[in-house]
Amino acid sequence: MSKYFLRRILITIPALLGISLVLFTVLAMAPGDPFEELATNPNVPPEVRANLRTQFGLDDPIPVRYVRWVTAMVKGDWGFSFTSRVNVSTLIMQRLPTTLFVLGTAQLLGLLVALPIGVYSAVRPYSIFDQIATTFAFIGFSLPTFCTGLLFILLFSIYLDWLPFIYRADIAATGWRWVWEMARQAIMPITVLGLFQGAATTRFVRSAVLDVIRLDYVNTARSKGLSERMTIVKHVVRNALIPVVTIVALQIPGVFTGAVITEQIFRVPGIGSLLISAILSNDTPVVMSITFVFAALVVLFNLIADLVYGWLDPRISYR
Amino acid sequence: MDEHKLRDLIAEVKAGHLSRRGFVQVMVGLGLTAPLAAQMLASAGVAQAQSKLMYKATKRGGGGAVKTLWWQGPTLLNPHFAVGTKDQDGSRIFYEPLASWDPDGNLVANLAAEIPSVQNGGVSKDGKSVTWKLKKGVQWHDGKPFTADDVVFNWEYASDPATASVTIGSYKDIKAQKIDSHTVKVTFEKPTPFWADAFVGVRGMLIPKHLFEAFKGAKSREAPTNLKPVGTGPYRFVDFKPGDMVKGELNPTYHMPNRPYFDTIEMKGGGDAASAARAVIQTGEFDYAWNLQVEDEILKRMEQGGKGKADIVAGGNIEHIQLNNTDPWTEVDGERSSIKTKHPFLLDPAVRQALNLIVDRGAVQEQIYGRTGIATANFLNEPKRFASKATKWELNADKASQILEAAGWKKGSDGIRAKDGKKLKMVYSTSINALRQKTQQVVKQVAAKVGIDMEIKGVTASVYFSSDVGNPDTYTKFYTDIQMYTTTMTQPDPELFMNQFTSWEVASKENKWQGRNITRWKSEEYDKLYRAAETELDPVKRATLFIKMNELVIQNVVVIPVVFRPRVAAIANTMRVEQSGWDSDFWNLHNWYREG
Repeated sequence: MSKYFLRRILITIPALLGISLVLFTVLAMAPGDPFEELATNPNVPPEVRANLRTQFGLDDPIPVRYVRWVTAMVKGDWGFSFTSRVNVSTLIMQRLPTTLFVLGTAQLLGLLVALPIGVYSAVRPYSIFDQIATTFAFIGFSLPTFCTGLLFILLFSIYLDWLPFIYRADIAATGWRWVWEMARQAIMPITVLGLFQGAATTRFVRSAVLDVIRLDYVNTARSKGLSERMTIVKHVVRNALIPVVTIVALQIPGVFTGAVITEQIFRVPGIGSLLISAILSNDTPVVMSITFVFAALVVLFNLIADLVYGWLDPRISYR
Repeated sequence: MDEHKLRDLIAEVKAGHLSRRGFVQVMVGLGLTAPLAAQMLASAGVAQAQSKLMYKATKRGGGGAVKTLWWQGPTLLNPHFAVGTKDQDGSRIFYEPLASWDPDGNLVANLAAEIPSVQNGGVSKDGKSVTWKLKKGVQWHDGKPFTADDVVFNWEYASDPATASVTIGSYKDIKAQKIDSHTVKVTFEKPTPFWADAFVGVRGMLIPKHLFEAFKGAKSREAPTNLKPVGTGPYRFVDFKPGDMVKGELNPTYHMPNRPYFDTIEMKGGGDAASAARAVIQTGEFDYAWNLQVEDEILKRMEQGGKGKADIVAGGNIEHIQLNNTDPWTEVDGERSSIKTKHPFLLDPAVRQALNLIVDRGAVQEQIYGRTGIATANFLNEPKRFASKATKWELNADKASQILEAAGWKKGSDGIRAKDGKKLKMVYSTSINALRQKTQQVVKQVAAKVGIDMEIKGVTASVYFSSDVGNPDTYTKFYTDIQMYTTTMTQPDPELFMNQFTSWEVASKENKWQGRNITRWKSEEYDKLYRAAETELDPVKRATLFIKMNELVIQNVVVIPVVFRPRVAAIANTMRVEQSGWDSDFWNLHNWYREG
């Protein structure tokens, strides 16, 4: 097990290096200039821009810049943003709590909705409940978040005037009032994201459970005299969860990097909105760090998913 | 319009026959800036007008929170590094200049005790120096006194190339010198007619010497105060998250009595312009939203909700079409649109006149821009405008056809005019933006009627406006026949704005396309006028020179102006705010208050 773990960790190093190399090259070759606004401003002499480019090392050849970036990254220095001149790590840390809260809650909400509904649908396939659940699940994942987000804003903020549609990370209130304000502003983005993810996961859980529920060992469990509830929870769900775990594990890195569109619509100051504004202003160090962290998380959670399989299914062994 | 007529107009203002505002409007119509117009009036001894916003609050604080919304959040709070207006605005909450520009182009004192003038001896007669008297008893937010040392330091800081400040253009050719603790003398290398640039407006915000002294030059990035501003402004720094939020609280030692009104201020960033407008006008979640590039129709629909309104104020931005003087389709020495080439047909005055006649500005204003774009014939308008105040532009497809016909451009079997084997086919490019694509369609339709074939091209804004030397689609390369975008005249003085038609500014490979003359139009006469304006000290004579330059540009159809684009902000109905087209949105923040 530990040998397997070590081997997997070692494999990730060249993988991450490869990913970073591709990301860096693509970003370096992409059109655009971080000092674009200076270029169109007649009041700024071109020398200032040239000066900044040299100061920030933008005029060096791409391989030199890449090696510099990698060595700094290994030392834990993520560089600084061209636009705000703040360290990238500071920027990310400022945004991370909000993103974790909004997307983490949404993910939880999605699971809480998906698991019971998916399992129940599978236990009684083609029942009225299953039909309704299926319909809603299809609607749920067919409607993109920007559509449901705007519909929610239209309904709850503009027509009904119940909820604010601009998310503010730090609310000037304490105690219950803070909780109330926070809940009011977070409910729309969380619901939009949670239901979107929940819809897809519901379908997934349903089909995974359906695959398992017809197997012989389930009949054996029933004939042993186990209650239906016991059979489903202990025998069916546990085995059906394996593919679901893969899906959920691969969704978790997304919790860290945010949801670009939803964050933009509700002005949630999370990592997704940081990423999009960095892309728009050609702020390469920020784009590079976020995408690289995302890549690293995907690799990490793949590994975690593999390890969880072993716990869920003892037949899987690591060599 | 010659100097004589201009002087007559000024006399009329002096005698009270023409309002100050009317005069300023006329000058703006002539392609000048409001500050320059105000300078003319001041030189003629016409008294400064009072700002129209009356501050009615009678005590400091007690106004609660004011919440403002910028759809692009500020990313840094050092005014000397403020790249876009968002950063300048964010800094302006905490920092102040010596003086600001009001909507009519008057200078209003902030940290200056009075506005220098020739009359009060502040401005020297030879135009080579200006002496600023500073307000006494002003404190930085950390309690240290504000003195002449701070002002001189800002000059040293910004003019040092190693600092790489974006304000360097305003400071590199001046010298600031301390006379006494509250007097600073600014000297210029050569006679400078427009002296109110350094220490004024968005590029004049002053940072404290005691906190930035150690971070001058190459270390400028490391200053902790870059992110935690300590200024003299009406609000003190509380919190800053780049791109997301700036927070401030009332400054109890602010140097103006009974100000500010609000206890806290919040500047939230992110999102898009339309929903920002919605949050102020329709739902009232926020009190102020900046720079609403939203179609007027949408704004009007929101305004029916009634919690706020769109506030529109004139500035110097003009959406215009540029005609290429060089050949974009032939490569010479590794560049297209090289100054060594000539455009195959756009140099023909008949074609230029015809193009000027087929731009339907009326339709563009009515159907596309509404209140947010006012049809304009010219960077400059005819003198008749003074009487009628009506913009004079013409949409006349028949006349355009006649002109082309007379010049020998005959329609071929495909309906496209041609002469000597050259067809009137052109590529019309602009950045991708719903309003611009609609405008392109309007122009293209009329052009087709006249027998000019236009191919429409849209380039992503981030590429089009970039200075990427490797990309052929940037606006400075101008590798198409005609192109359209908005030039922004943010400078209160037109001199910099007008250098975009001088021959030494032609954009080329040699200067990495950083030259400002994008159309590559060259005129000896224009160059001469420009050189004269650079040193002309009499504001009226100088204005006449600028007007003549404008005339040349328009007569030769170097560019075809389409619409003026005023500044649009959304303001809650209860808020009392005065916008200025010549300064930051927060130029008058200390006077903001709420009523009812």
